[in-house]
Amino acid sequence: MRYAMVIDTLKCVGCSDCVVACQTENNVPMGYCRDWVTETVNGAYPTIDLELKSERCNHCDNAPCVRCCPTGASHIVEGGIVMVTEDECIGCGACIESCPYDARYQHPDGYVDKCTFCHHRLEKGKQPACVEVCPTKCMYFGDLDDPTSEISELLKTRKHKVLAPEAGTSPNVYYLIK
Amino acid sequence: LNMFGANTYLDDLVKQNVATKFKRTATYCEVCFWKCAAWAYTNEEGEIIKLKGNEIDPHCNGRLCPRGTGGVGMYNDGDRLKTPLIRTTINGEQTYREASWDEALDLIASKMKDVKSKYGAESFALLKHGSPGSHLEHLFKSYGSDTIAEPAYAQCRGPRETGFGLTVGSWIGSPEPTDIRDTKCLVLIGSHIGENMHNTQVQEMSDAIDNGATIITVDPRLSTAASKSEHWLAIKPSTDIALLLAWMHVLIYENLYNKEYVDKYGYGLKELKEHVKDFTPEWAYGITTIKPEEIRKTARIMAAAAPSTIIHPGRHVVWYGDDSQRERAIAMLNGLLGSWGNRGGFYFKEKIKIPKYPQPAYPTPKWGWEEIGEKYPYAEMGITSELIKATIPNENTEHPIKGWIVAGTNLINTVPDREMILKAMDALEFFVVIDTMPMEITGYADVVLPECTYLERYDGIRSATNREPSIALRQPVAKPKYKSKPAWWISKQIGERLGLHDYFDYNDFEDVIKWQLNKLGTSLDEMKKIGVKKFERKSGPLFLEKGQDYEFATNSGKIEFYSDELASKGFDPMPIYTPHPEPPQGYYRLNYGRSPMHTFSRTINNPNLSALKDTNKLWINPKVARILDLRNEQVVWLENQDGIISTFSIKVRVTERIRWDSVYLYHGFGHNDKKLTRAFGKGISDTEMISKVHIDPLMGGTGLRGNFVKILTEDPHKNIEI
Amino acid sequence: MQEEIFVSGRHIPKIDPYLEIWHWEISLYLFLGGLAAGILFFTALFYLLKKENEMPATVKYASIIAPIALVIGLAALFFDLTHKLYVWRLYTTIRITSPMSWGAWVLLIITPLSMLWVFSYYRETYPKLESKLQVFKKLKFLNSFEKYIIKNRKYIAIALIPLSIILGVYTGILLSAFNARPLWNNAILGPLFLTSGLSTGAAAILLFSKNHFERKLISKIDLGLIILELALIIHMFMGMAAGSQVQLEAMQILISGQYTVMFFVFVIILGLIVPAILELTEVIGFKVPVIVPALLVLMGGLIFRIVMINAGQLTRFLY
Ligand SMILES: Nc1nc2c(c(=O)[nH]1)N[C@H]1C(S)=C(S)[C@@H](COP(=O)(O)OP(=O)(O)OC[C@H]3O[C@@H](n4cnc5c(=O)[nH]c(N)nc54)[C@H](O)[C@@H]3O)O[C@H]1N2
Ligand SMILES: Nc1nc2c(c(=O)[nH]1)N[C@H]1C(S)=C(S)[C@@H](COP(=O)(O)OP(=O)(O)OC[C@H]3O[C@@H](n4cnc5c(=O)[nH]c(N)nc54)[C@H](O)[C@@H]3O)O[C@H]1N2
Ligand code: SF4
Ligand code: SF4
Ligand code: SF4
Ligand code: SF4
Ligand code: SF4
Ligand SMILES: [Mo]
Repeated sequence: MRYAMVIDTLKCVGCSDCVVACQTENNVPMGYCRDWVTETVNGAYPTIDLELKSERCNHCDNAPCVRCCPTGASHIVEGGIVMVTEDECIGCGACIESCPYDARYQHPDGYVDKCTFCHHRLEKGKQPACVEVCPTKCMYFGDLDDPTSEISELLKTRKHKVLAPEAGTSPNVYYLIK
Repeated sequence: LNMFGANTYLDDLVKQNVATKFKRTATYCEVCFWKCAAWAYTNEEGEIIKLKGNEIDPHCNGRLCPRGTGGVGMYNDGDRLKTPLIRTTINGEQTYREASWDEALDLIASKMKDVKSKYGAESFALLKHGSPGSHLEHLFKSYGSDTIAEPAYAQCRGPRETGFGLTVGSWIGSPEPTDIRDTKCLVLIGSHIGENMHNTQVQEMSDAIDNGATIITVDPRLSTAASKSEHWLAIKPSTDIALLLAWMHVLIYENLYNKEYVDKYGYGLKELKEHVKDFTPEWAYGITTIKPEEIRKTARIMAAAAPSTIIHPGRHVVWYGDDSQRERAIAMLNGLLGSWGNRGGFYFKEKIKIPKYPQPAYPTPKWGWEEIGEKYPYAEMGITSELIKATIPNENTEHPIKGWIVAGTNLINTVPDREMILKAMDALEFFVVIDTMPMEITGYADVVLPECTYLERYDGIRSATNREPSIALRQPVAKPKYKSKPAWWISKQIGERLGLHDYFDYNDFEDVIKWQLNKLGTSLDEMKKIGVKKFERKSGPLFLEKGQDYEFATNSGKIEFYSDELASKGFDPMPIYTPHPEPPQGYYRLNYGRSPMHTFSRTINNPNLSALKDTNKLWINPKVARILDLRNEQVVWLENQDGIISTFSIKVRVTERIRWDSVYLYHGFGHNDKKLTRAFGKGISDTEMISKVHIDPLMGGTGLRGNFVKILTEDPHKNIEI
Repeated sequence: MQEEIFVSGRHIPKIDPYLEIWHWEISLYLFLGGLAAGILFFTALFYLLKKENEMPATVKYASIIAPIALVIGLAALFFDLTHKLYVWRLYTTIRITSPMSWGAWVLLIITPLSMLWVFSYYRETYPKLESKLQVFKKLKFLNSFEKYIIKNRKYIAIALIPLSIILGVYTGILLSAFNARPLWNNAILGPLFLTSGLSTGAAAILLFSKNHFERKLISKIDLGLIILELALIIHMFMGMAAGSQVQLEAMQILISGQYTVMFFVFVIILGLIVPAILELTEVIGFKVPVIVPALLVLMGGLIFRIVMINAGQLTRFLY
């Protein structure tokens, strides 16, 4: 089992529903967020490329945040999900410094928090909240180890990229770009 | 030594979380008027935790848009109106005092009686939008006034209803009967789906992308939709009719139009052919700046995909004053392609009629919105701006308006020409605002009534046009916070004080809904369980059958390329292009549109949504930025062609997405009511900058896009502040 | 033109627009850790080389700084934790891949060792204090404990050599392990911080030293360390200059950005070059008030770490 997310940039409209849905699902404190939306504009009027995409923790296979955590609060669970245990975290910030995506933040209560791939929902057989809400249905979630899963199919047939591959983290959030 | 082991603490935590039982309650969303059916989840304390789309609802298919998902912020907003307020003067200063419901309602009833006896009930006007509107409409009609209008007409969809009505004999209505999910070619003219988050439209556009449909977007700005389009026609603003005429020229003169369809259902093709003879792509190029080959190519693509081609009518279409004619051109283009009534084009919509709860017939008013809008023969609903104008005292008027109830519309940030609105409000004898939030408009009322949010009340059963008819239930998810009350209760209370008991013959609106649901063959209990119920179509198939005889609801029974009706009333029987004013030297055209995470001015203070976007920015082309020496994030002010200066400042966003002759900002921001703690002073209100209005002579729509602004880098209020 | 913006959902406190997760406390912690490592290294080294009598400041007097520095350093680190109640979690596990983890463990061992060291010389170095406090009279068992420790000093010293090196290297590796911060992400940082720590340790010893031989030797050592440190810094820049776009940008912060003045004036010139010249003068035989270069080196060491922590957090991965 290797969970991964695939996001189709050709369909994402940058509406940020994924951000609010995460907020209400995971009780993310106001002013913080586990996912966010970026916009990249290239070119000059009227020949312009616009890319919108929803970003979050990449649940990296080779996760520096897990490596550098001194207490083991940051750890990897079944399916490759990178998790943080609140009451093992001392709030040293090492994992935040280590993440090339700045995907983590200090919760106002002191511990470090980030996207969990909605682990609590997966357990109940549901999709992550952001995936489930996305009005353009541009987010897909599933098992990379299963060659017949929707995401495996998409990655087989569509051109894709990951963010900052040169950081060497082996991210598990993929972006379809063609 | 536990190196990378699994962790039991979290697992425990998760189990706890999962164990918490949330209760779900059926409702439908009111953050915009798409009215998506939703489930609201409450925790053991009865607090609303989250909202999710109802899976079987055709308006949302289980997915709310960001505003719907963030709707819980409407309920949680600590700035909400909490109690009735009555205007008083303390030490010479105008202010509000808290009042009991009885006092406020008594006062309103007595004033309504006064106005009725002095001027007639007709002189009390209702300006409304959304669900509260229908309850108050019932009150007003019972009371004897049909002086009613809403901004969703003359500030929004009016021209397209007129344009399509005159051409294919049918309103577009809401939701639009566009078969986007099955289309092969979607043409968006200014319609910025994806920023305009009307849910199913966005979902279906995404399906269309999956299906490989060609999207063609005509927009002077690189909208999100434009960025997803194979062809983005970066049109010069205000020149769309020229493009539409050129497209028709290509379709007709290259013989690309749907001959079979037009022969059977069309009227006046000959005249149209003659009309567009000279409107060649080369002609349009000089006007629109779109290259002739691009015009030809896109016309051919549309024709190749026809009849599964949609030239989308758009929704907020009050642009330059000739909007009904532009919409007519759009309808005609659809007619030439045969999209109306064909798969991948427009389907025949259907909705279920909600039985009317027993009541006496309404009295017949002597005049109402129709008489006020007489000048505009194709106005089919009240024209907000005309009602407002009629409120400004005028010796000769036969239709004096003396009192207003405003419910669910923030006129100050909704209707252009603020000066006119202020004048009208100043002249009012009595003015009530029913709102959930302390918005700009509430600051002018004599009495302010706090309505509870849609999550705390019953409202009418939702029934809207769709592929399949369906109904949806809205019931209270939580008890009303503070002293807020639902609009049905307010209407009933006022009604009873006016002696209109017979019109409000129920204890609770729940009784009405129960009765109606039973008549519809279901029950409140069932609806509470399912939230949405679908019904079978009764009006026939979704699409025309091959060779089917079909009578369009126009005068000729056909799609009218030529309109005798318009000609007889002295209007152009076929659309023509007229040039519109261009920005003077040093000024830029004010363009505006939707932020996908907000609805107009109503959500800017919503804690969840303001966390996503708390201000608008002024989009400026890099060339302009270079000329004016502006940087990203620089703070600037605006001054429009009439010398109106923005109250607040705005930060610059330098971006290639906008033309060099325009600036762009999101509508709805720039609130000036201090009680909105998150929204106050954030950004500039586009409405404030719109003082010049180009009125549609057919239906009275207020064209908003002909305003020009210059950019001020120094605080224009610096010296005034003393 | 290229434009990259957040549509929504960032601007998180302490994350955007740049990290502000680590503050002066961490700089101080790294500085004090390096300082203690430097002192303890020389203390143990010269003890094992049997230079106890020629170099009393090195072996006996200056070592008092080490436990104090370590305790203050640890307190500073603790102060910067945001979930303090759970600090004990550091000691329920050893995470081999986490520099922070082995730093915590090394500190757990080296701090008491340094205290024992000071304790073992307590009566000898602070006779006046003892005659006032009379600790050994009041707590009789201390006498035999002291004997035991003095007997085993050699073993403590042997342990201190590797531990102090680990501690010194650790202060650098802690940063260089972060791939995500281009300024920190280079292998030189470990040796560089170790060198700098040894140099500040030597400088601290100089402050205690009253003996000409000792001063001259330590000055020489420090001079060597400073030269090495300068070489490593040049090496670091060369590495970055040959590196990726983000590393180039990171370097800009130091050579032509926000931290340039602080870095060049306070770290390079006042913290390294000037004391090197002064020490050279001393080594050649001129009389220089030794306190001046020593204090400059210490100041330079502290500012170096402040600059590295702050500037490093300004740099981020481009993607
Ligand atoms: N400049 C400019 N003007 C425009 C537009 C534009 O793009 N630019 N768009 C136009 C269009 S398309 C439209 S449809 C109109 C929309 O115009 P409006 O419907 O007036 O839009 P809002 O500004 O959201 O105002 C809604 C008001 O209703 C209140 N409200 C929200 N929910 C409830 C409720 O449940 N009960 C009650 N009683 N009140 C409630 C809100 O607090 C707010 O004060 O604006 C039009 N005007
Ligand atoms: N998120 C969100 N979604 C909404 C709403 C909301 O408040 N928020 N409101 C809903 C309502 S009531 C409505 S009416 C709709 C409105 O949504 P639409 O009907 O899609 O909106 P418009 O205002 O017509 O279109 C705005 C676009 O027109 C472009 N435009 C400006 N001038 C011209 C021109 O001269 N020619 C052309 N071709 N394009 C031009 C602008 O650049 C912008 O991209 O949105 C609905 N959806
Ligand atoms: S909800 Fe979907 S479409 Fe909207 S921003 Fe997120 S990923 Fe993009
Ligand atoms: S994205 Fe960052 S936080 Fe997430 S696993 Fe990768 S390194 Fe860790
Ligand atoms: S902040 Fe918490 S999760 Fe992050 S490295 Fe430190 S202890 Fe681990
Ligand atoms: S997967 Fe869950 S936690 Fe992660 S961003 Fe989506 S909603 Fe948030
Ligand atoms: S489109 Fe969005 S805001 Fe409008 S009703 Fe649906 S969920 Fe609510
Ligand atoms: Mo609208």
